[in-house]
Amino acid sequence: MTDTTITFPGARRPERTRRVDSHGVGIAVYEWGAPDARPLLLAHGGFDFAGTFDVFAPLLADAGWRVVSWDHRGHGDSDHTALYSWQADLRDALAVMDSVGREPMPIVAHSKGGGVCMQLTEARPHRVSRFANLDGMPSRWPHPDVAEHERTKLRDSELGGWLDWRRKAGTLARKPGTLDELAERRGRMNPRLSRDWLRYLVTIGARRDSDGWRWKIDPSMRFGGFGPWRPDWALERMRGFPVPLLGILGLIEEEMGWGTTPESIRPFLPRDARLVGFEDSGHFVHIEHPRRVADLVLEFLEAAA
Amino acid sequence: MIKLRHNRVELALHELGDSKTGPALLLLHGLGERTPARPPAACAAWPGRVFGLDFTGHGDSSIPHGGGYTSEILMGDVDAALCHLGSATLLGRGLGAYIALLAAGARPKPVRGAILSDGPGLAGGSARPGTPLIPMPEPGAVTPPDPFALVELAADVRPPDYATSFVRQATQLSELERPISICTLERPDWLRALLEEPGVQECELADALRYYARPAKPR
Repeated sequence: MTDTTITFPGARRPERTRRVDSHGVGIAVYEWGAPDARPLLLAHGGFDFAGTFDVFAPLLADAGWRVVSWDHRGHGDSDHTALYSWQADLRDALAVMDSVGREPMPIVAHSKGGGVCMQLTEARPHRVSRFANLDGMPSRWPHPDVAEHERTKLRDSELGGWLDWRRKAGTLARKPGTLDELAERRGRMNPRLSRDWLRYLVTIGARRDSDGWRWKIDPSMRFGGFGPWRPDWALERMRGFPVPLLGILGLIEEEMGWGTTPESIRPFLPRDARLVGFEDSGHFVHIEHPRRVADLVLEFLEAAA
Repeated sequence: MIKLRHNRVELALHELGDSKTGPALLLLHGLGERTPARPPAACAAWPGRVFGLDFTGHGDSSIPHGGGYTSEILMGDVDAALCHLGSATLLGRGLGAYIALLAAGARPKPVRGAILSDGPGLAGGSARPGTPLIPMPEPGAVTPPDPFALVELAADVRPPDYATSFVRQATQLSELERPISICTLERPDWLRALLEEPGVQECELADALRYYARPAKPR
């Protein structure tokens, strides 16, 4: 059951919802704007959900776009699965894109969604027209300078900790709580976002069970993790990015951000890319400054016309 | 067949040998394969129990929807088997050899040696990603194995320094002096990098099995 009594200034639920089947995984898809308007894809970041665009997406829709977003697998109202990977997220994104149309369309994407969709664009350059990246630009991996024996200890606890987690992952359930408790928990990841906004998000990203509210996100997913992937690989490919690129960075460091600075990525930008830094914003630029970000994105999208 | 659970996947652990006591040898099959019906002839002299694990999406283990395979997830499969067996020497073929290496680094105490042998999926993708692609399964494929496992784990990126980081964990934290044995002819980049590391021995399969069958001496 979802409580719909909480509102937030400027927030508007999508006009349409539907499901896309991505190779047996049900993906929840949301649309704002007229069904016959020009489509664009809007991708959320890790541990978020499409409802976090409830203020930002309507600003694009009201400017004449059909804004199509989706909950990544395991997030929001999409299916929980046994396996999660970058490649699986790529395939799901392509399934959503296929459900919208075959003509090239712009992508606007935040955080991890930016990384996934930039790779989607590199793999399918003929399907994408322009790309606006909201604080999800490729960046360098911060390599802490630690002694070898310390590194061994750290890796042992990282690897063992991950495996210990996997041993119990199938039996975990999200902890129930009151609406305010869930808002407070999320506030630890989103310390710069207002309590009213976080309370609003609970009513979309959580469900109300008999014993309280629970975030819908799959409890078997976990922050961190490890693997062979290096962000430098995406950074080095960025110079050859195949479509016009707008990058927006939130320059105030916070929990969920990547600490990317304009100086660190400028040498890797395509020649005609535009990079804008928001000195007064953390990682969630489109939530902290929806109007400013929407205006920049709309100006960038209209430049194509 | 013993059923184990790894998150939402049901894994099949097969007991192959006649022996009911002694140290466990755990066979890890190659990409697209399944646990053999009988232990390979080379294992006849193993003085303990012999098991084989079907990885997620392979053999008698369940096939999840929509793919998302990584080698690290299969390492978690091995950990589920270690949780059941207590400890084991790992004998991996191809993909299973790479997974044995990861498990030996991540669980250096319960893994009593990892033997890397030739088989399908030994090389993986490459040392770093090539042109981005979106792996799609073969339509109408016969299962098992899961067609997603075939395309995703064949393209799995295996940087040599990533592989050596697992050897170092194993070597520094294992009770064995040489926790990794390389018995392959095929030498992809990640595997060649291991040869330079302390704690790694190149040998015949029979010698590796003999080495790990001995009780460990305190280091």
